[in-house]
Amino acid sequence: MKLFKLCVVAVAVIAIATAGVAVAGETLNAVKARGHIIAGVNGGVFGFSIPDEKGVWRGLDVDTARAIAAAVFGDANKVKYVPLTAVQRLPALQAKEIDVLVRNTTQTLTRSTANGLNFAHVNYYDGQGFMVWKRLGVRSAAELHGATVCVLPGTTTEMNAADFFRANGMRWKPVVIESTPELSKAYFAGRCDVLTSDMSQLAAHRSVAPNPDEHVLLPQIISKEPLCPVVRHGDDQWYDVVNWTVMALINAEELGINSKNVDKTLMSTNPKIQRFLGVTPGMGKNLGLDDKWAYNIIKQVGNYGEIYERNVGVHTQLGLERGLNALWTKGGLMYAAPIR
Amino acid sequence: MAQDSTESTLVPAKIPFWHDPTKRAIISQVVVLGMVGMLGYYLFTNTLANLEKQNIATGFGFFSREASFEIGESPIPYSAADNYARALLVGVLNTLKVSFIGIILTVILGTFVGIARLSANWLVAKLAAIYIEVMQNIPVLLHLFFWYVVFYEVFPPPRQALKLFTGAYLCNRGLIFPVPEAHPAHGYMALAFVAGCVAVWLLWRWAKRRQEKTGQPFPVFLVSLTILLVLPLATWLLGGAPLKMNVPAFRGFNFQGGITLSPEFAALLLGLVLYTAAFVAEIVRAGIQAISRGQVEAAMSMGLKPAQVLRLVILPQALRVIIPPLTSQMLNVTKNSSLAVAIGFPDFVSVANTTINQTGQAIEGIALIMVVYLFFSLTTSAFMNWYNKRTALVER
Repeated sequence: MKLFKLCVVAVAVIAIATAGVAVAGETLNAVKARGHIIAGVNGGVFGFSIPDEKGVWRGLDVDTARAIAAAVFGDANKVKYVPLTAVQRLPALQAKEIDVLVRNTTQTLTRSTANGLNFAHVNYYDGQGFMVWKRLGVRSAAELHGATVCVLPGTTTEMNAADFFRANGMRWKPVVIESTPELSKAYFAGRCDVLTSDMSQLAAHRSVAPNPDEHVLLPQIISKEPLCPVVRHGDDQWYDVVNWTVMALINAEELGINSKNVDKTLMSTNPKIQRFLGVTPGMGKNLGLDDKWAYNIIKQVGNYGEIYERNVGVHTQLGLERGLNALWTKGGLMYAAPIR
Repeated sequence: MAQDSTESTLVPAKIPFWHDPTKRAIISQVVVLGMVGMLGYYLFTNTLANLEKQNIATGFGFFSREASFEIGESPIPYSAADNYARALLVGVLNTLKVSFIGIILTVILGTFVGIARLSANWLVAKLAAIYIEVMQNIPVLLHLFFWYVVFYEVFPPPRQALKLFTGAYLCNRGLIFPVPEAHPAHGYMALAFVAGCVAVWLLWRWAKRRQEKTGQPFPVFLVSLTILLVLPLATWLLGGAPLKMNVPAFRGFNFQGGITLSPEFAALLLGLVLYTAAFVAEIVRAGIQAISRGQVEAAMSMGLKPAQVLRLVILPQALRVIIPPLTSQMLNVTKNSSLAVAIGFPDFVSVANTTINQTGQAIEGIALIMVVYLFFSLTTSAFMNWYNKRTALVER
């Protein structure tokens, strides 16, 4: 397993050493020629990307990748998923092993610059929190002095936790395990007092705990985690396709278009909707796609609200309120640029 | 005379260089070397150019930047405010610590099991055989997972920790035991111990020479042991016999004070040692069996005791057979210690992985990992080759 991981990174290094450099349009052409998108996903987080009991990939990140496939091919199923650890994900993208990374990845300055990556519109606004054993009686993150904390390596989480404890002058002991399932197993077995991660992931972990009621999420959010789909520097057209796919999901919700009423709304006389669905042509062509691109996304995958409720919303096991991820018109942060 | 003249006619004045095997060999080697060099240069420059075009940072400038991540255990003081160079150094030291202790324990355990495997006692020999078969046929990664799970599933949480004796506890946070409070006398005790070692070495040389000259044996072992114990003890008494202990106590979430042997370290060490010792045992057995039965019988007929036969006749010869394959098992301990990342021990690979991810500089990170392991391996084998030469010469 370890060997495999090292191999992935090593192959990535070799690929960087020998590969050419992205030119605008190259990725989209390669994807079209190949017939499917290769998307890097987490593979182990319930509600974001995990295969169900039948082996079908499910989750908010998976649906984002499906939306991109629907925009490019008119078929949301033309995606190949590559599960990646936090450590593998950036080299895999840099080395062109994947076309797009939709793996709850936080946008940061270093990643956008030194790592040579472009971040599309946020598909989930998250923040880092703490889950603790209820029997410890902890009510606030400020009481965590001296705690043992389970944390994933190679994540912004690792650094945020270090910052948080430093800023508050508290001592702590990290236990850093690379694989997500091994990490949560260690926490649930009592190896750590605290598990720290993005709030959405903590909710996901708790939902599969041996006894979810034994654990509490502390109210403090210690960081901003805008999670975005990511592409490489150097191919603006492919960036546009990914970026505007996310924008289309959000715009559709704002316009009231969903997978059930999309065929009916084709008759709409609203010029915004006509442009969006390609009744008035031009938008798709600008992206290098079919004018029906947004129609295909909504018809096959649904709008952002549908994706959210289906995967992580209040009626799922995770039971997450929309919160920051509500539309801007409803007090959230989801605000997409107009499609025109 | 006639012969001379034929030779001079057969050998031409000058051979063209493409017919001269020596020159041809040199030329072909230069050409191959040049091609390899060019390939390396191409890969290097192409990588740099590609990284630059993708706007990915290169170089080791990140060494001096703040690491801003925490490391679970460290032999030297480290905090998130230190730079990447220090974080990586912590990783190197952690790898060194687990490899060094692991190698010593592996050799000791492996030698015991190997000798037990040859025991005349049926039960002992069979137990050793079962140990070897079971341990060496389970992948080392499973060993690690197994021992790690044992640690955190079997042992209780810290509040219900098992009390071994006053101040020593066992729980799923590890083995916590008291250590003496820091005191200046400790430094002098260490010095006394080193002085004792030198004295013992001189004593051994003197005893050997005396026995060679007069045939009189000297109880070296007992005297050495006494020297090694008495010197530090005397220093401790002279230093005021400091007795104060740093006893761990439960405060808040965890035990504070004392020394903690973490489950990650213990699981890694246990897994590596139990696995590799099985291979070492087979090497030791093979080495002992390589010595002909007649030698043992001859030694016993001279009236040597069994322990003396082992120490004076069997081991010196068996070591020559044992050391080369033993070296490669030692290297295996070092290299397999990189599996630590699976169970969360912050070894060098683990720290380097995090560094790669935070800085995005995978090529530098992987190169560093390769250089560090290459250095460890080459140093170990250089030392073992030296030792091998020494044992071989002493024997002859």
